[in-house]
Amino acid sequence: MRAVCWNGVNEVRVETVPDPEILNPRDVIVRVTTAAICGSDLHLYDGYIPAMKKGDILGHEFMGEVVELGTDVKNVQVGDRVVVPFNISCGQCFFCQKEMFSLCDNTNPNSVMAEKMFGYSPAGLYGYSHLTGGYAGGQADYVRVPFADVNVLKVPEGMEDEKALFLGDIFPTGYMAAENCDIEPGDTVAVWGCGPVGQFAIQSAWMLGAERVIAIDRFPERLLLAEGWGRAEILDYEQVDSVLDTLRDMTGGFGPDCCIDAVGMEAHGSGLDGFYDKAKQSLRLESDRPTVLRDVIMACRKGGTVSIPGVYGGFGDKIPIGAMMNKGLTIKTGQTHVQRYMRPLLDRIQAGEIDPSRIISHSLDLEDAPEGYETFKHKEDNCIKVILKPHAHGNGHSHHHGGNGNGRHRHGMEGERDHTGKGL
Amino acid sequence: MRDIATLSPSLQGTGRFTEDSPDSSSHSSGNRLASVVGNTVLAVSGAVLVGYALKQRSWKAAGVALAGAPLAYRQATGSWPLQRTEEALPVTVETSVTIMKPREELYSFWRRLENLPRFMRHLDSVTESGDGISHWVGRSPLGMKVEWDAEVIEEREGHLLSWRSLPGSQVHNAGSVFFEDAPANRGTIVRVVFELQPPAGPIGRAVGKAMSPMTEQQVKQDLRRFKNLMEAGEIPTTDGQPAGKRPAINIHNPF
Repeated sequence: MRAVCWNGVNEVRVETVPDPEILNPRDVIVRVTTAAICGSDLHLYDGYIPAMKKGDILGHEFMGEVVELGTDVKNVQVGDRVVVPFNISCGQCFFCQKEMFSLCDNTNPNSVMAEKMFGYSPAGLYGYSHLTGGYAGGQADYVRVPFADVNVLKVPEGMEDEKALFLGDIFPTGYMAAENCDIEPGDTVAVWGCGPVGQFAIQSAWMLGAERVIAIDRFPERLLLAEGWGRAEILDYEQVDSVLDTLRDMTGGFGPDCCIDAVGMEAHGSGLDGFYDKAKQSLRLESDRPTVLRDVIMACRKGGTVSIPGVYGGFGDKIPIGAMMNKGLTIKTGQTHVQRYMRPLLDRIQAGEIDPSRIISHSLDLEDAPEGYETFKHKEDNCIKVILKPHAHGNGHSHHHGGNGNGRHRHGMEGERDHTGKGL
Repeated sequence: MRDIATLSPSLQGTGRFTEDSPDSSSHSSGNRLASVVGNTVLAVSGAVLVGYALKQRSWKAAGVALAGAPLAYRQATGSWPLQRTEEALPVTVETSVTIMKPREELYSFWRRLENLPRFMRHLDSVTESGDGISHWVGRSPLGMKVEWDAEVIEEREGHLLSWRSLPGSQVHNAGSVFFEDAPANRGTIVRVVFELQPPAGPIGRAVGKAMSPMTEQQVKQDLRRFKNLMEAGEIPTTDGQPAGKRPAINIHNPF
């Protein structure tokens, strides 16, 4: 099959690799119909997440059709359309039973390695470094999904991929970010970052009863989407002297009740702080650039809540911990417990409350993934969200594999799956 | 950290080798003599060579491993192999895990020693002969087959199991596993103490030192796999999944 493989900093390649096989009794194999590039994939692309190996198959946002079942799988059948959460969960450990699915104890085969980095190991993730298991990801023709009884959601008949796909990560991620704010009547929610997660956090803040939502970014197309689709008040941080002063003025000197960092470890810093982080990160003295984390802590009102869906991977400097402590802030964060939110959010999509496909700006063949990563990284061409369509190779749509195009002549239909496990 | 021996007074003297061991302080001062820079270079080159060899599992790789082993040894001990004559120290690992299953269920699974290879990666089989004696077949980290006989030396149903290898075994080891209730229906705390006695002589000492971190990692990983199997019914794996082209040696990530 064809798959998007990490090959180093700023280098992904679409390679021909063996098809995945059932390895455990609760596994299924899914024929991917749509995958997406996530903002957090850019942290891998940019080389800031440790323990990647050349050849790792990327992608943790994907959906498709079940084509093969492990011996213990009862809840789905061959032919079912499913969307898959990015975190892999067993359903039986202490954490899964408390619905903290992304903290599952039993899905990271490299838990001993993760414990060295984090103290205790989080759940396994698809295509997100060997620290979280090194599971082959879903930017591929096929993908193996472990613990299928916990880790797939059937997609209702008639619902197109573009509407269901984001239930696997970014819609629940934005929703959990807003839920973590414990929004009360009258609350103002400020969202840093109007990328896909920020957009869903804005939508979700309204669903959870926010009085006002303020969206902060610098890219016009993203601010426009936040204003139009998201009905948020927008703030271009490059157009104001101080985001903190502006937010204070906008909230009558009170400060936003809830501040969401939907940016994470590769914030675009400005001024001296930004230069400092960039320099330290380049020298690998600091793994994360916590510009936005500093902002949300400083901007949040006394006793307010800071919610951090943005991904951080290692260490950050000069976090204003004094402000955090003395203002009595509540900090909530974590990888999303996607399984907790998929069903209720699917219901909202079905009820017509939200159309997640609004954020898609680019739909590409899987073969064009390298171009997709570049466009997304540099936010060229008004790029907000890239989705990838596997199985298109060989039908003339791909223009990026002029040389050895062996894999392109196989259409991705079930009957043509390579069951030898040797690829081509 | 709680001393594991205090949990059960009866553990003292169960399969311990410490009475034969020299004072451990002499070797640690030797360690400090090696320079930081030298150590790092040796560690990296030794580990890379041995790691590469472990991955490849071929004759060529075995040669690479032989070249790498003295470097790794030198890094671990501060001296070259064959320089020393003291007795080898036993490698001791203590670790614990909490498992969301009743104590009795976990104990009975472990007590059927035939089950151990299902979660202990280096074991191929354990056969009980009924009189408290069992025959163990496993593999060394380089893939060589090793066999030994062991006896159960203490057993408290639902609480404790201790075993040790019999004299004359290829591999001398001993272990105890404790099962205690976790609070508030949080399952069972399982604690393992494991000791591995390397062969006598300088080579044994070399092997023991080089193996120590590996043994610790192995025991921890095996106990985690026990938890996986008991809670989730299967052990998570990516062995056999697809990947793109891998480089022969991954400098950034030796795992």
